[in-house]
Amino acid sequence: MNTLTISPSPHIHSGDSIKKNMYGVLIALIPAFICSVIFFGVNAITLTLTSVISCVIFEYLIQKYLLKRQPTTVDGSALITGVLLAFNVPSNLPLWMIVVGALVAIGVAKMSFGGLGCNIFNPALVGRVFMLITFPVQMTTWPLPEAFAFTADVTTGATPLALLQEAFQTGRPVYEILSVDGIKAGLDYRDMLLGDKGGSIGEISALALLAGFGYMLLRKIITWHIPVSIFATVYVFAGILHLCEPTLYIDPVFHLLSGGLVLGAIFMATDYVTSPMCPKGMFLFGIGVGLLTVVIRLFGAYPEGMSFAILIMNAFVPLLNRYFKPQRFKK
Amino acid sequence: MLGTFTIGGVHPPGNKLSSEEKIQALPLPERVVIPLGQHRGAPATAIVAKGDVVKAGQLIAQADGFVSANVHSSVSGTVASVDGYIDASGFSCPAVTINVEGDIWLDGIDRSKKNECNIIQTKENILKLITDAGIVGMGGATFPTHVKLSPPAGSKVEVLIINGVECEPYLTSDHRVMLERAEDVLVGVQILMKVLGVNRAIIGVESNKKDAIERLQELTGRMLGIEVISMSVKYPQGSEKQLIKAAINRSVPSRALPIAVGVVVQNVSTALAVYEAVMKHKPLIERVVTVTGKSLKKPGNYLCRIGTPTSALIDAAGGLPEDTVKIIGGGPMMGRAMLDVNAPITKGSSGILLINTKEGTRKPSTTCIRCAKCVSACPMGLEPYLLMVYSEKGMFEGTERERIMDCMECGSCSFTCPANRPLLDYIRLGKARTGAIIKDRK
Repeated sequence: MNTLTISPSPHIHSGDSIKKNMYGVLIALIPAFICSVIFFGVNAITLTLTSVISCVIFEYLIQKYLLKRQPTTVDGSALITGVLLAFNVPSNLPLWMIVVGALVAIGVAKMSFGGLGCNIFNPALVGRVFMLITFPVQMTTWPLPEAFAFTADVTTGATPLALLQEAFQTGRPVYEILSVDGIKAGLDYRDMLLGDKGGSIGEISALALLAGFGYMLLRKIITWHIPVSIFATVYVFAGILHLCEPTLYIDPVFHLLSGGLVLGAIFMATDYVTSPMCPKGMFLFGIGVGLLTVVIRLFGAYPEGMSFAILIMNAFVPLLNRYFKPQRFKK
Repeated sequence: MLGTFTIGGVHPPGNKLSSEEKIQALPLPERVVIPLGQHRGAPATAIVAKGDVVKAGQLIAQADGFVSANVHSSVSGTVASVDGYIDASGFSCPAVTINVEGDIWLDGIDRSKKNECNIIQTKENILKLITDAGIVGMGGATFPTHVKLSPPAGSKVEVLIINGVECEPYLTSDHRVMLERAEDVLVGVQILMKVLGVNRAIIGVESNKKDAIERLQELTGRMLGIEVISMSVKYPQGSEKQLIKAAINRSVPSRALPIAVGVVVQNVSTALAVYEAVMKHKPLIERVVTVTGKSLKKPGNYLCRIGTPTSALIDAAGGLPEDTVKIIGGGPMMGRAMLDVNAPITKGSSGILLINTKEGTRKPSTTCIRCAKCVSACPMGLEPYLLMVYSEKGMFEGTERERIMDCMECGSCSFTCPANRPLLDYIRLGKARTGAIIKDRK
């Protein structure tokens, strides 16, 4: 005779799991990783590996010995933090620096808030911003990409966004600066789309990142709301500025393709834990990220504003969740 | 592009194992247990005593008030007891037990298979026949049909929607009824239209039942006002609010009934029961039940008498498989786990589902990662993660503010959750408490 189980409905489950979603994100990051290896060589591999291993080890040690809980490192979330942290730094960053970044990301931003699901700020971005403030020189000296050049010697140069900052500060027309120094920095839009431009490890190829976005949408890991509203906001806002003063503000496509915008919009702003729960909140979150990014890029002290914009909007998530509710049936 | 409802919804695997199996009549059991409370509302009052000899179709319990339904004997034989029994969920409830002797039916019941389509009865007469026959909603909600067919004064019915969606995985009883009893169902629909005084009826069927859609469309081609529409497959489309949205794009307000937007919804099996009651004078004493499960030898659809023990159906379908961990009355999303294999089939039993170890074991629940998948899945536009937290912490002003009472317990949230959180378990708890608090205030 069988023993019957009595439990409330539903009696079946979709089979979806945290692990499946996390490893899905990792799969979506593969095209960008391949591009980074093509353009930055072995450095991209060693940095990414160091970052991932440090994140996993820190998470394991903190859970096991400080919090005295069952370690949950197998869920894959620390792996993602590790990869994203590495993707946000220049490929010639000294390895020990990224270990420090990993400690801040996992220890401070994630575990001290209670671990997966409880953190307010995106751990990888907290790690990145910590490194940017602590090691400003190393974090802003980007080697120029050179496809399949597996050598240790690299030429460094300004990123497209740094050139833009210079244009704004000196008052020289943007196109003049870009046409003189820009050739070196690789400012053809085709190159920017494919990844042949200066920048952090994972952010260079917009196309590879978009492929990952498509994959995540297909697998229903994330929804389109946040990335699309970021892209649209940046395009419209930068576009209006460009129309008003074309010599001072570059066209919006440049903004979309440069810096960490695509990486941030697709992989960082969509982090489950630190983004809103309802579509309306997601739209507003995306609009906020888009506006802040352009404002920081054009008027702030840093050439790139994506990390700061996402972190600032992370802080608004509880409020957005409280005031923006899903579409309901009318009373 | 096929229509569907707009908010939320999930896509559980269909697993319609028995969709090709013809409806078979189940042999009479040795004894039946006929519960007197097979419907929403007050249980009926028994009018037979121990030792009475009854015929199939004979009234054995009278409806107790307007929101109640008559109960008839489904077999001929001797009443063994009119005491209570323990129902499938473990609650005691009144029931009449009858020892089966032969198969003698009450005079006047037409048991022929001939399709009668000449509706000559008046509106009042039809409603009386339906009331007398003890018909209730056969999709599972078991709300007395005559109540639904008597809209409150001042409200106007414009459309009758017939629910042939059967969105629960595994279940195929409505599918087979639509396919094999299409003519009878359509006469039932016409009867319902006459009672409600409407000239428009829509039969909503999900596109995974292509043969049934084709059959119904072929027959309704010549009928004025009856339209069969194919809908894209999505759970819980069979729920009234979602079905109305999918069929005619109207939104029933929160906690209101379909009548608020001029609609009455009836299930296809109910339409069949209405046909039999009005045209054949046959009360609701038998129904089609799907017996299914991945480990079951012969999943199938059986026409069985009300009160038949579940075990008789399982035996007919090849016996209880070794790896069964749960027996579900109804479908896997909203059905109830049964305590006892001998629990009787009632008017609302659309299926018996045997769940094996692999499917029926819940994985351990982990922390919420705020992925918002429950929010996108909820067809009522609620935030299950938040309702669970409020319920868990006993914050019932929060559950009320976030509209926990809108929840219809469809299970989409728990089904979807990647962290295996028991969202609906807690929401049910919160709903019960919040409901009590609201009631106290009134």
